[in-house]
This record gives sequence, structure tokens and C-alpha cells, in this order.
Amino acid sequence: MAGKNIVEKIWEKHIVHREKGKPDLLYIDLHLVHEVTSPQAFEGLRLKNREVRRPDLTYATMDHNVPTRERHIIRDEIARLQMDTLKKNCEEFGVTLADIHHPDQGIVHVIGPELGLTQPGKTIVCGDSHTSTHGAFGALAFGIGTSEVEHVLATQTLWQSKPKTLQVEVSGELGFGVTAKDVILNIISTYGVGFGTGYVIEFTGDVIRNLSMEERMTVCNMSIEAGAKAGLISPDETTFAYLDGREYLPKHKSYEKCKDEWRSLTSDEDAAYDHKIEVKGEGIEPHVTWGTNPGMGASISRSVPHPEQYADPSEREGVERALDYMGLEAGMRIEDIEVDYVFIGSCTNSRLSDLRAAAEVVKGHTVKQGVTALVVPGSFKVKKEAEEQGLDTIFKEAGFQWREAGCSMCLAMNDDIVPPGKRCASTSNRNFEGRQGNGSRTHLLSPSMAAAAAVTGKLTDVRKLEKMPVS
Amino acid sequence: MAINHVEGKVFPLRRDNVDTDQIIPKQFLKRIERKGFGQYLFYHWRFEDDGKSLRDDFSLDTPQYQDAEVLLGGKNFGCGSSREHAPWALQDYGFKVIIAKSFADIFYNNCLKNGILPIQLEEKTVDALLRNESHVDLYKMEVSLEHQTICDSEGLRVSFEIDPYWKTMLLKGLDEIDLTLHYGKDIEEYEKNYEVSGLGI
Repeated sequence: MAGKNIVEKIWEKHIVHREKGKPDLLYIDLHLVHEVTSPQAFEGLRLKNREVRRPDLTYATMDHNVPTRERHIIRDEIARLQMDTLKKNCEEFGVTLADIHHPDQGIVHVIGPELGLTQPGKTIVCGDSHTSTHGAFGALAFGIGTSEVEHVLATQTLWQSKPKTLQVEVSGELGFGVTAKDVILNIISTYGVGFGTGYVIEFTGDVIRNLSMEERMTVCNMSIEAGAKAGLISPDETTFAYLDGREYLPKHKSYEKCKDEWRSLTSDEDAAYDHKIEVKGEGIEPHVTWGTNPGMGASISRSVPHPEQYADPSEREGVERALDYMGLEAGMRIEDIEVDYVFIGSCTNSRLSDLRAAAEVVKGHTVKQGVTALVVPGSFKVKKEAEEQGLDTIFKEAGFQWREAGCSMCLAMNDDIVPPGKRCASTSNRNFEGRQGNGSRTHLLSPSMAAAAAVTGKLTDVRKLEKMPVS
Repeated sequence: MAINHVEGKVFPLRRDNVDTDQIIPKQFLKRIERKGFGQYLFYHWRFEDDGKSLRDDFSLDTPQYQDAEVLLGGKNFGCGSSREHAPWALQDYGFKVIIAKSFADIFYNNCLKNGILPIQLEEKTVDALLRNESHVDLYKMEVSLEHQTICDSEGLRVSFEIDPYWKTMLLKGLDEIDLTLHYGKDIEEYEKNYEVSGLGI
């Protein structure tokens, strides 16, 4: 009999009730809450006179629409109402909240791991599709809608059908200047934005094993852009080293015991999956998107495709629409695309190592005239640590704006907006029409590539700017 | 909200990968109610930048599709953000059934929780329905959840699959939380067996 993969192991440990003809009733270990997708859920509880079953397994923060400058004045009345509502709800139902003035505040998917709330083997949900980020720790983490948020608040469980599993093995090693972001963008471009639908992806292989925790988070974060329910990586020593000493680790048992339990979750050598994809690390180059979904991308050295290259009529039409929206001409070199904005931030790439990678490229250069460039750290803590390392000075001296933590220009719910027709090189996760502001044009890329674009004012192969390391 | 028999006009949306940012753009997510999102449905596809004039390349507001109750979509419908505001907007606008070649998981679930019937059909079947739609001015459909069938006004009849659990939930319009609370003992037992302690304890 084949061994078990990590998804099967976690699933089995969380079944509260199983009955033929029904989904499984699954226990949820950690429920993360933010201001945008929770007000209607709390209101639902109130209307039915229900309690939050486990406020001690629930943790809330504000991120989606928080201002990233002049924190003390929130000019957007409706956003303020949403933040006030979360505060009121958390007080009423006894949920811990890191509000915008709290030192633990940040993007929900940045602070979960940072505080050690995220741990291997946990089932983690949040009313946000990028909850898949937490899978980097070997947790089964997925986004849910507001009705499910209400269901978890009331019962600490969810009815879930067991998903299929998909192994994505990234073997070999990455070339100079190639990052975790390039890996995941490359995979989505190759296999499409729907290849993960109905699956939980486990990322395996040498390339994945050699990634830091922050890089693994970038990969798992974008599993949802492949349509996957979740993406995860079996925990290992890298995982344990990252978590050691974090605030919310269990205190009723030793860290050694935790590690033993977590080790047992790792997929067995002979584990079976419903499907497998193999990717070679050596074939991956720095990657950017040219279209209006994360699958519409190519290596930086390539050209914008011609719609005629696509055999499928609906795909061809999609490419035509995308090029029209993006204001790009088929066949032009990607490196000739000029940008107006650069955004370094979001739950995909706003952690310390992301900022450090960008700062290394920026150091000694200035932001190209006419380009507006923003760095928005993922959390209050990331911001503080970056400042301790002098990264803020590097960015500010180069002409970047240095902001407070939040989701910011990733989805432009606050006033960090890319104006209509303007083009943004962005380290975020979605290049949908209007995502960064009505009429905005987004190119997704890695932090170092975004930094290179800020310096040259064009999409640029960062390897041309960075010096080769001396071996 | 229960749903079973739907008979109405069909709005065809011949695009793949329709994401929830297009279904309901982020500037409308700041409301703290579940209602009133219909007016913002497909906002930037329907309206010019002034937010009033209708765009001529999107036909939802033309008389032909007025009061449509069925949306006929392409591949990977509802991808992207988990925002339940998307099905709320579709429902508030008047859609009761969404048919597509495939759905994004979270969106599909969000429909089920709100009494919207999501129907996934084979690509060639959806293409056949879309072809029929393009041949006539008034295209209608009769959808029966109970019988799991679709009959269009051109006489095409197809059947569809749905998980029996969700079929019952939709037909009866049951409150899922009420149902789960019946398993309170199982949940308590689980918490005891697995010694579920609070965060950081």
C-alpha cells in the first residue's frame, strides 16, 4: 500500500464527523479575520444570537483598506466604518485584534507566520484567497467566503469534500537572478490559471527544499492563481528554524515535541498523488506578465505574443482583449515596455528578504524620472526590522516612497491607486483588469525585477543590473 | 434561500477566466451589508468611466437581456479573490443560475451558500447552448434542480451533475450553521480528544 501525502495526513486528523453522501466536517485550528470579508459574518451571528465558538483560535487584523501614510487620519469614511466595525465586533465577541496602531499589525498572511500562529499540520482559513500562503509551513490553508467565515466563527468547523492532490516537483537548481516569484509565475504561465482547480498542490523537489521560508510563502501564496484550493510544502528543518521562538507557539509542550509531531506529517517517500507535474529549475528565467491574468506571462527576454499563436479561439480572443487593455503591441520586446509606477509589497512579496533583494538592486541607483515607486512593508515588524537594517534609507535616497504596512496598491482599496492607463511593475499577485485602480495596467514580477524597473523606467532583466557573484 | 425551478432569460458571457474583481470591483467592497451590490455588478464592463453611460461592448443592460436569470459563462468562472460580494452582486442583480465550462472553487462554494445554483457542463455542451443563444433574439432556459435538467427554448435538453448534499441544501434552503450545530457533541468530543488549546497556550 502506498504511503500518505501530507494533505491526506492533515485531513484525517481533522475529521470531526464523516458520513456517506456528505462532505467531511473538518475542524479548523486557526481562523484569521480581516475587515473586508468579516462584517456580514459577525452580523449574521448577531442576528441569530450566536457566539464565536473559539475566540481563542481566532485572530484579527486590519490590512485591506488601511492607509499607508498619515495613519492617524483616515479620510475614507466607508473604510473607517469597516475598520471600526471590526474593532467593535472583536470586542463584542472576544477576538484578539491587531488594529492599525498595534505593533503586530500587518497583512494577515504576513503576520500569521511572523507571530507563529501559522504552524505545520494546522487547518487554517481566512476570508481571503491568498490564505494559501500559510501552506509554506505544511499547513492546510485555504481561502473561504463570508458565509464560511460565519460558519467557522459559529462552529470552528467547515463541511469540506476531500480535494484531489497534485504534486508539483521543481527539480534541479535556479540560475543567478531567478527567484521564487519567477518559479511560480513560470509554472502558472506554462500550465494555465486553471490547472490547479479541484486540487491541493504539494510543491516538492530540490528547488523548493532550497528556498527560505519567505520564498516558500511566495510560491504557496500564488497557488490560488493556478486555481488550486491550497498549496503546501512538507515541513523540514528550514521550517522549524524559522518558527523557533515565535510568540504563538504552543507553550504546553516542548518545541522538540512539536517538531517530532510536525516531522511525522511530511509526505511519505512512496506517497501517491492524483496528478503530477515536473518542472526543471534550470529552465526558469526572470519572469513578467504581459496580460490580464497571472498565466499571461513570459520570460523577460521574450516578446509580447501574437494572438494568432493561440489555436484555441476563446484563448485567442482573451489574448486580444488583454493586449488591447494593456495597451501593448504584439511582437514588441517585453524589455521595451515602459512603466509609470513600481509597487513593492503585498502578501506575495513584502517580507524582509523581499525588501532586502529590492534594496540590493536599488543601492547606488535612483528611481527613473517620471516613475512613482512605493515600498509597502508587509507588517509593522517588517518595517521596523527593515529600518533597523537601513533599507528605508536606501529606498528613500533612491527616490522611493516608504510606507506603513498594508495591502495597499495590490488591490487599491485605500488611496494607493494606479491611475487609468498607467502601467505598474508590481510584486503583487494579480494583474486583473482594474486590479490596481480602474484602467490600471499591471505587470507582475519579483522584488528585484521591480527594483530594476524602477531604476531604468522599463521592464528590465535584473541580471543586467546585478553583478554576478564572485564564486 | 431555497432554489429549484428557474425559467428565464439567459445572458451569455463569452469570456474565460472571469475573475471576481470584474464581477464586483474592490471599491464596492467597503459596505458592511450583504445587500445592494447588484447595481455594481460587472461595473467597469457595463459603465464608462463616468459610472453612468453604458459601454457599447457589453450587452447586459440591453433590452434583450433585461431581467435575465441565467448566466452562461466560459472556463474558470469566478477565479481570483474569495469575495462573496461576487455572488451577492449576481444574486442581487437577479441571477439565480450560473452555467459555466468550469468554476473556481471558492466562487462555486460561495454560490451554494447563497442559494445560487452553479452548473458545470462539458465545454462542448456550453458551446452548443451559446450557439443556440446566438441564433435567436429571445433565448430562454428552464432549469430544474430537482430533475437536474436544463431545457433551452430551442429544444436542447441536457442534464447536469451536482453533489447530492448540496442539492438537498439548495432545495430545502437549509441554514448550514443550524445543521452543523446539531453536531455540537462531535465537535466537543473532537476538541477533547485532540486537546485543542488556544493560540499560544
